[in-house]
Amino acid sequence: MSVTQVKGGPRNDAGRPRSARRNRAGRPSAALAVPGVLFFAFFAIAPMLLAFYLSFTKWNGLGDPQPTGLANWRKLLGDERLTQSLTVTVALTVVSWAFQTVISLLLGVWAAGRQRNRAVLSAIFFVPFLLSSTAISLLFYALLDPNFGIIHRDTLGTTSGAFLAIVFVGGWQFIPFHTLIYQGGARQIPEVLYQAAAIDGAGRLRQFFSITLPQLRNTATTSGVLMVVGSLTYFETVLILTQGGPGTDTAILPYLMYEAGFKSYDFGYASAVASFLVLAATALSLLMVKLSGFGAMRSTREGM
Amino acid sequence: MESHSRRWFLGAGTAALASVGGLTACGSGSGSGSDGTLTAFVYGDDAAKIQVKSVNRFNASAAAKKAKGTIKLQKVPATDYPAKLRTAMGSPNAPDVFFNWGGGSIKAYREAGQLVDLTDVITSDPVLKSGFLSSVLAAGGLDGKNYGVPMRGMQPVILFYNKTVFAEQKLQPPTTWDQLLDINTKLKKANITPFALGGADIWPELMWLEYLVDRIGGPQVFEKIKNGDASAWGDPAVLKAAQTVKQLIDDGAFGKGYSSVGYGNGGAPAVFAKGKAAMHLMGSWEYSTQLGKFPDFAKKNMGWCAFPQIEGGAGDIRNVVGNPTNYWSVNAHTSNKDAAIAFLRDSASLAYTKELIANGDVPATSNAATLLDASPNPEFAKFQYEMVQKAPAFTLSWDQAVDPNVATPMLTEVNKLFVGKSSPTQFVSALKELK
Repeated sequence: MSVTQVKGGPRNDAGRPRSARRNRAGRPSAALAVPGVLFFAFFAIAPMLLAFYLSFTKWNGLGDPQPTGLANWRKLLGDERLTQSLTVTVALTVVSWAFQTVISLLLGVWAAGRQRNRAVLSAIFFVPFLLSSTAISLLFYALLDPNFGIIHRDTLGTTSGAFLAIVFVGGWQFIPFHTLIYQGGARQIPEVLYQAAAIDGAGRLRQFFSITLPQLRNTATTSGVLMVVGSLTYFETVLILTQGGPGTDTAILPYLMYEAGFKSYDFGYASAVASFLVLAATALSLLMVKLSGFGAMRSTREGM
Repeated sequence: MESHSRRWFLGAGTAALASVGGLTACGSGSGSGSDGTLTAFVYGDDAAKIQVKSVNRFNASAAAKKAKGTIKLQKVPATDYPAKLRTAMGSPNAPDVFFNWGGGSIKAYREAGQLVDLTDVITSDPVLKSGFLSSVLAAGGLDGKNYGVPMRGMQPVILFYNKTVFAEQKLQPPTTWDQLLDINTKLKKANITPFALGGADIWPELMWLEYLVDRIGGPQVFEKIKNGDASAWGDPAVLKAAQTVKQLIDDGAFGKGYSSVGYGNGGAPAVFAKGKAAMHLMGSWEYSTQLGKFPDFAKKNMGWCAFPQIEGGAGDIRNVVGNPTNYWSVNAHTSNKDAAIAFLRDSASLAYTKELIANGDVPATSNAATLLDASPNPEFAKFQYEMVQKAPAFTLSWDQAVDPNVATPMLTEVNKLFVGKSSPTQFVSALKELK
């Protein structure tokens, strides 16, 4: 990302030769990256390749995996649960994205003000993000109990209730993080734009729609990509709140993988689901980067 | 939702998959060493304290010295137990002795040649052979061979009822299905939910089907399914049981929010203890659960009875479903089989039996009957013991009896039936597809 930024953006180094020279002289040797690369290869790349290999085998966790060719993949592509879980995953992603973006945008812009109380409140808002997803899910699981919780009705047992609960709990946890991103973005908007608009007689609403929102374009892209990729791999909340239920109505892809692997001990099939997920997520984020112009991201200050 | 959850997913997924290739050392890290220390995996709930004492007693015993081995107990957090055991058994750090549910829960280990056949050991040892109720001992094995030694209390599923509510409504515990339906109607009139149900956990829902199929078609219906005949799901008794469940749901027997109520988080037990529901179909552990959370209720207001008879049904009212008990099994790759087997003998000892009883459990040992007066609730303990001892058939909980790759989709189908996502007919045809 940083490389494209330099390429596509204004050639700052031309105007600031000293800093450029210092960068080159101080650039660390490639050898320093070796531990990091090895770590990544060992703990991320190798297991991923291993999972891909396992997706062509039948294996219950004991003994040696038995090669079965394309059987798992054929089963996966013919599995109606895959279609269903893709639909749920996409719906969850879209609804979560809309819900979280609207709220964190408004909160972030509001929190970008410099008053003391906003700083304190922003710090409080951030607390949910610091809690573990598991703790949050357990908390909401208890709160949603129809007899002793806050809502005296069957929430998790109905399809829409369970879906909305997952969206809400996810939002509750991650909105603070995205608020922080938007707050940072909003603080980068030069004050002079607002001053000029005020002189021209623009009200607060007009300023928001004509200055704040367009200036936050790239922030929205960053936060959006994070939300989408996050939704694709959302897991703990579903495991604890609904176990994919009612029926299979909230069984998103990662849950399907977990269930095949760690409940049915069908690690070959679980690996096929996992590989599919990796492929789908990679394709989707590449597509988003391409369509949103994320790769050609330019400074928000440009054109000022 | 940002990269945090992705990191978790990759981390957890790869750690598990990496252990597959023997890349990481998953499990205890101690394994079976050449120093004669054997590892034992146990389900890490409150009751594990009895196994801790057992291990200490064994390690100090002459039997341990003679076998030149000691045991190191590893408590595995309860909900993770089956998955953790499976990954450990597939790795070089497999436990030497491990806790299990018998039946389908150990089938894959036997097929992989990882279980010690204990049949000869048990038949040649009078303490083990006659020390346990024979039906319970048999349930720890497969195809007539023994692979496990009983090591915990018996867990039959019992119909519990709230004595206060029953007295107020002038009701008697039901012995027939018609009586149950009658109680159902009376309770609904009084605005009391007839049955507490922790539907969010699914397995409490399964208990209803287990008993209904037994009472309608007899124990042999599930016996066939358990032995791998998926077409036996098509037995009319299964359909009838599913229809009965549907009827109960439509009647409001479980109230409205049951699919959002859990058992594990204390939801359903609280509904029952607070008198919001009058009855609760649950494993015998319901008593100790209530004793922990609502001791007054457990001691004074809890009643219990067998699951009622169904008119015209083939099943005996004395038949029981649930978990006969839990078992210790021995890993075939252990470095010291003698020490492992010597350790199993402690579970048949008088000291061990007494500890179980003091904990409120009802041991599966044949001498238990004479010792039950020492139980915190002798009346309940004796009821349970006789229930199991006199049962013509003891059907292991379905989700433990069948292979995990059948159990998982089966539980999903049960859930669909209870939340109304499938009809009884759809339920039956989906189950017939399971292999």
